[in-house]
Amino acid sequence: MSEHAVWEVFRKEKRGAAFEHAGSVVAPDADFAEAWAREQYGRRGESVALWLVPRDAIRDVKDWADEFDLKYRRVDGYSIKARLKEARERAGAAGPG
Amino acid sequence: MAAVAIPGDEQAFREYVQAGGQVETTDWMPDDYRAKLIKFIEMHGNSELMGVLPEREWILRAPTLQRKLALTAKVQDEVGHAQLIYRVVEDLGKPRERCLADLVDGKAKFHNVFHYPTKTWGDVGVIAWLVDAAAIISQKALLKCSYAPYARIMKKICWEESFHILHGRDVILAMVTGTPEQFELVQEALDRWWGPLMQFHGNPIPSDEDPMFLWRIKSQGNEEARQQFLEGYVPQIWELGLTVPDPNLRRRDDGVWEYTEPDWAELKHVVTGHGPKTEERLAFRRHFLDQEQWVRDVVLAA
Repeated sequence: MSEHAVWEVFRKEKRGAAFEHAGSVVAPDADFAEAWAREQYGRRGESVALWLVPRDAIRDVKDWADEFDLKYRRVDGYSIKARLKEARERAGAAGPG
Repeated sequence: MAAVAIPGDEQAFREYVQAGGQVETTDWMPDDYRAKLIKFIEMHGNSELMGVLPEREWILRAPTLQRKLALTAKVQDEVGHAQLIYRVVEDLGKPRERCLADLVDGKAKFHNVFHYPTKTWGDVGVIAWLVDAAAIISQKALLKCSYAPYARIMKKICWEESFHILHGRDVILAMVTGTPEQFELVQEALDRWWGPLMQFHGNPIPSDEDPMFLWRIKSQGNEEARQQFLEGYVPQIWELGLTVPDPNLRRRDDGVWEYTEPDWAELKHVVTGHGPKTEERLAFRRHFLDQEQWVRDVVLAA
């Protein structure tokens, strides 16, 4: 059956949860893929919904360039520990009010 | 957040997985890592598939309808695990047909415990409780496997195994609270299975010499797994009034369990295809693989 398409299976564990990748099935068409996926990922009621996606239809995006060091846009771009300490010391020395 | 790049050379890759890094199907990986993954995961798949045969023999002889249904459900689960696991192997480059062909030709291994007979209903209880307990210890450790697709399906597998253990314990409890003959059936089964159970997690080789550990396919050493099994289950066996057939078994003050050295020669002999039931069970698989060929042909032609 290797010449058949691979279908990636995503499952939703409960209502309101995100779909999560669970595994994959190999099948000759969508109906067979659904039958295998129901059997392997849903038969004990462990999923409230399944998504089946042909692997070929997935566009894989992996390379994230960060040549310009853009971390000022993220929390890891800020290290405030030393400055906060200094600020607290100054405030402490001056006393409240 | 910038994506973590998978290192493109073997040494850096090894450090990456040892530090807890995970790998996906489409990532670059060293040939040796791929080969070790296939070997390890294929053996797991084979064990799930062969592991149903000792229990299958008892579906028709189960003592009640409820037990028959539960045992059938467990067998269905284990075959389902084999399907999930072979799919992972297939993505790594070895098609399922080849895994099955190697299995029935006696070229591939499966776990030692599935080479033994199931003499009585007591054996069915001991397998479902203690063999599955030993297996779930290994499988829980595989949740942290460096190969992410394998780790992900392990979540589902562990979830189902928990039901199997409880089912096994329930079978055992029904028998130890029954007639003296029933109690004796459990004790005899435990006597038969203790040796194979102690061999189950393998020789106590140091983790840093175990290639499966170095690639972080396994995240737990063999002896560590066995100690966890003893710590978790020996007290549960004792509290039922059962005797573990090892006069040297004891828990030291520092929490380490001492036991009689398991028979490693027997383990090697059995897993290399010389167990009491190896040939019979492989012949059974061969027969059904042949007989059900038409199903695969029909699906292929669809």
